Amino acid sequence: MKTLRNYLDKIKPNFMPGGKWAMFRSVFEGFETFLYVPATTSRSGVHIHDSIDTKRTMSVVILALMPALLFGMYNVGYQHYLAIGELSAVGFWTIFFFGFLAVLPKIIVSYVVGLGIEFVVAQWRGHEIQEGFLVSGILIPLIVPVDTPLWMIAVATAFAVIFAKEVFGGTGMNIFNVALVTRAFLFFAYPSKMSGDEVFVRTADTFGLGAGRVVDTFTGATPLGQVATHSGGDLVLHNIVGEPLSTLDYFLGLIPGSIGETSMLAILLGAVVLLWTGIASWRVMLSVFVGGLAMGALASLFPSTVYPGSMLSPIDQICLGGFAFAAVFMATDPVTGARTRTGQYIYGFLIGVIAILIRVYNTGYPEGAMLAVLLMNVFAPLIDYFVVEGNIKRRLKRARKA
Amino acid sequence: MLLSKKNREILLGPLSRNNPVIVQVLGICSALAVTAKLEPAFVMAISVTAVLAFSNVIISLLRNTIPGSIRIIVQLVVVAALVIIVDQVLKAYAYDVSKQLSVFVGLIITNCILMGRLEAFALGHGPWESFLDGVGNGIGYGLILVIVAFFRELLGSGTLFGYPVVPQCLYDWGYQNNGLMILPPMALITVACIIWVHRLRNKDLQEK
Repeated sequence: MKTLRNYLDKIKPNFMPGGKWAMFRSVFEGFETFLYVPATTSRSGVHIHDSIDTKRTMSVVILALMPALLFGMYNVGYQHYLAIGELSAVGFWTIFFFGFLAVLPKIIVSYVVGLGIEFVVAQWRGHEIQEGFLVSGILIPLIVPVDTPLWMIAVATAFAVIFAKEVFGGTGMNIFNVALVTRAFLFFAYPSKMSGDEVFVRTADTFGLGAGRVVDTFTGATPLGQVATHSGGDLVLHNIVGEPLSTLDYFLGLIPGSIGETSMLAILLGAVVLLWTGIASWRVMLSVFVGGLAMGALASLFPSTVYPGSMLSPIDQICLGGFAFAAVFMATDPVTGARTRTGQYIYGFLIGVIAILIRVYNTGYPEGAMLAVLLMNVFAPLIDYFVVEGNIKRRLKRARKA
Repeated sequence: MLLSKKNREILLGPLSRNNPVIVQVLGICSALAVTAKLEPAFVMAISVTAVLAFSNVIISLLRNTIPGSIRIIVQLVVVAALVIIVDQVLKAYAYDVSKQLSVFVGLIITNCILMGRLEAFALGHGPWESFLDGVGNGIGYGLILVIVAFFRELLGSGTLFGYPVVPQCLYDWGYQNNGLMILPPMALITVACIIWVHRLRNKDLQEK
């Protein structure tokens, strides 16, 4: 570690004003402050600094995403070998390695495109490089199906970084969650590669690994995809080779879906990290789950074959699809969410309600978590405004009484 | 005399520096609605130009006889009459396009650019200047419509004026048309990009 610090100190003068690479100062600073906490301190007045700055915050979130990412990689391999009927023939590491090879290109594409744009914009405007994309870059691969083409992810990432973030002024200024804008762009621009039965399980080989013929009983529909196309009779969801699934399977997450969203267990591990370090707001997280359970319970009170989603139990509702992932990693985004405490309860609760509402009663969309979070992003400032206004009014009333 | 320096400014100003869509931000609704394909955008541009030019002339001729208190009603009657003529012509000679444009031809009546030009220009200028102003603003509006429609049809459908222009080999390699470009939000973003480029080139238009 010492040698790295020494090396950075040695090359630093080149990047300072007057140095030969002064124009790349923002790039250098970006890397330096990512590796080490900056030594600069406040020069005037009294300040209390937390030891955790934005870059450190982002690192913790990435750490919290690791269980979902690693499990997602394993699950990609698991679904693949299940589809070609060789699951019992291959070991744990082969399965994981297949998923790793399938997911890695997505992570690389998302980071290269997103950070590339961030670097160019920072150079162009003479800003420091902003760290916001560190998290978005890993969220994006986690919320797409495994067979979404890389160039589509590249186009969508570029669109989201430019139009959802940079035009609003960069990190901390965006109205919409960048990763979800990427997903929404993909969802509406290339629906055939973002939904349906073909994209959630990789049936072809990855870089030559895992070639094989798909078994006859294979169907690639996700549980929520099966719900959306279900008609009449009892609702029994099954995995990709036709075996029935239980709530425990939804919770553990060895089911087809977007890469990082399937396992409630892995996501909850991440949630523990986020809550224990105090990075994410427990108010938002809790109220999203409460909202989802409430709406799920309401829907299951009136089961109807017209809306097959209403036949799921509330627990199944929050375990399936992207609901838990959205609750833990998307709704808790401090930039796009509500900031006042009361506001956070309202914001989270409405995300939960709307996600299930769209999922059950809009037959066009099998999953509503993405749209719910984006919709509530719009309303977050309004909620905060009324909470603050209400507080002012209450205090004025109290002052007049006294 | 007919195209003096001042008149040239009246005709050409709205194309760029005084563009009704990207500088005055008028007529946005129709720019979103009819620009998914080039053909309807083109027809819409011509229709608006025709209505705008002739209603400008008519109002300019009547400007000294219209009582101030009812001038909006008079303007609406003139515009509505012209719009109905355009609508009938389209139905007679370009039925398919007229079906695509559907209600938006009728809605030319409520296009902000029309009321804006009639109020701001035709009521205070002679018929020839008003004609030039109408043609200029119509073309300025149409220009933006055609640019937006060009990108939307190219990226959204892979065609231009209905002819496929994206080579088949691209599709074979996995290229897909961007379905979002067909939806209205992308028209708004395309207009925003045009405004962005336009202001980069005309620094004095940038707001502080």
